[in-house]
Amino acid sequence: MAEAAQAAEAAEASAADEAALTTGTEAGEHGADHAEAAQYATGGEYIGHHLGFLTYGKLPDGHWGFAHTEEEAADMGFWSVHVDTMAISVILGLFFLGVFLSVSRKVTSGVPGGLQNFVELLVEFVQSNVNTTFHGKNDFIAPLALTIFCWIFLMNLLDLVPVDLIPLAVQTAAQDPHIFFKAVPTTDVNITAGLSISVFLLILYYSVKVKGLGGFLGELAFQPFGKWALPLNLVMELPAFLAKPVSLALRLFGNLFAGEVIFLIIALLGYWQAFLHVPWAIFHLLVIPLQAYLFMMLTIVYLNQAHQHH
Amino acid sequence: MNLNATIIGQIIAFFLFAWFCSAFVWPPIVKALADRQKKIADGLEAASRAGKDLELAQERATELLRDAKTNAAGIIDQANKRANQIIDEAKEKARDEGQRIKAGAQAEIEQQVSQAREQLRQQVASLAVAGAEKILQSSVDAKAHSDLLNKLAASL
Repeated sequence: MAEAAQAAEAAEASAADEAALTTGTEAGEHGADHAEAAQYATGGEYIGHHLGFLTYGKLPDGHWGFAHTEEEAADMGFWSVHVDTMAISVILGLFFLGVFLSVSRKVTSGVPGGLQNFVELLVEFVQSNVNTTFHGKNDFIAPLALTIFCWIFLMNLLDLVPVDLIPLAVQTAAQDPHIFFKAVPTTDVNITAGLSISVFLLILYYSVKVKGLGGFLGELAFQPFGKWALPLNLVMELPAFLAKPVSLALRLFGNLFAGEVIFLIIALLGYWQAFLHVPWAIFHLLVIPLQAYLFMMLTIVYLNQAHQHH
Repeated sequence: MNLNATIIGQIIAFFLFAWFCSAFVWPPIVKALADRQKKIADGLEAASRAGKDLELAQERATELLRDAKTNAAGIIDQANKRANQIIDEAKEKARDEGQRIKAGAQAEIEQQVSQAREQLRQQVASLAVAGAEKILQSSVDAKAHSDLLNKLAASL
């Protein structure tokens, strides 16, 4: 008798849990319908699914296609592509270039219009930063910095879009509620690593171009303790040099990924999420431009070092 | 968090975008900014030049005014001198004229006096004759005594 009552109680409790989870996921900002919101058995699964990528690569059966589970995606190895973050990253880059190109086509040195004003604001902001930080002579640095800042800013900005909105839109369009879709490109370490490796390649290129291969290697090998302490110099300089792209990539990825995860956790809270969501979004308003600015400034600083003789 | 070929795609996209930005987007905007900066600098320079011109013009104007004032003062001085001169001349002339008139009048008076004296002299003879006739109660030959009488008249 007592056992039966206990079992009934446990059943009731688990039913209540399930109900709470259902309302929680349903109350995600998108207003998902009941059936779709109920697809996640636990909060962990909800977050896990939102952290998965739409991965295209070689499936275990030998065909090329999209991975259906995260294990499948992981098994694809290096030769697979995160179609979601890659596509959104490219779309945002094209959007940035489109807006700026349309302004630069009909740019006037007279009284500027609204959009030109905004574009000029950004250009002058980047230009002043480059002028104060970069002391070499290279006309490529400033447009590079502008591209980095605007592009990363736009990618970060997607973090403010409600976490379920874009995945749900894609799932509805594809008529597959299980499809993975990650909307914020900078929460993908591949994207941030792609950016930082590009910067690293530029550092290598300009170091060799300005100082010559010997000068560049000499800087690594003969400083700071002179040529007789060559191994010690290498031990000190090489990690510092290689840390540049790693820290660039992981700083941006870490900040945005953490922000995204917290948005996902807040989205589990049901109707109470609004009270946490708004403060976190406001805090994130600081993180988004700050990380874009940091990435740009560090790029300028590193490239300045590449142009300086020591 | 598996690394895959997305990195390569992102690197390609990055270099394409950065190249495109530096080739087509950046130069026109920066050129417009530089042009505007130059325009404004030129405008400011023109304004400061105009200010300097104004200052110079004001200096020149005050100089001209000062010159005009000294000129005017000189002219007034001269005019005063000339006026005094004219007055002096007029006075001189008037004095001369007065003296001339006075001299004329004097001469006329003298003439009239001598005329009257002449007339008197002429009449004295007849008066004396008439007087003597009366005294002598006799007729005296006028012709005989005219020399004597003339002498008497001349002594008057």
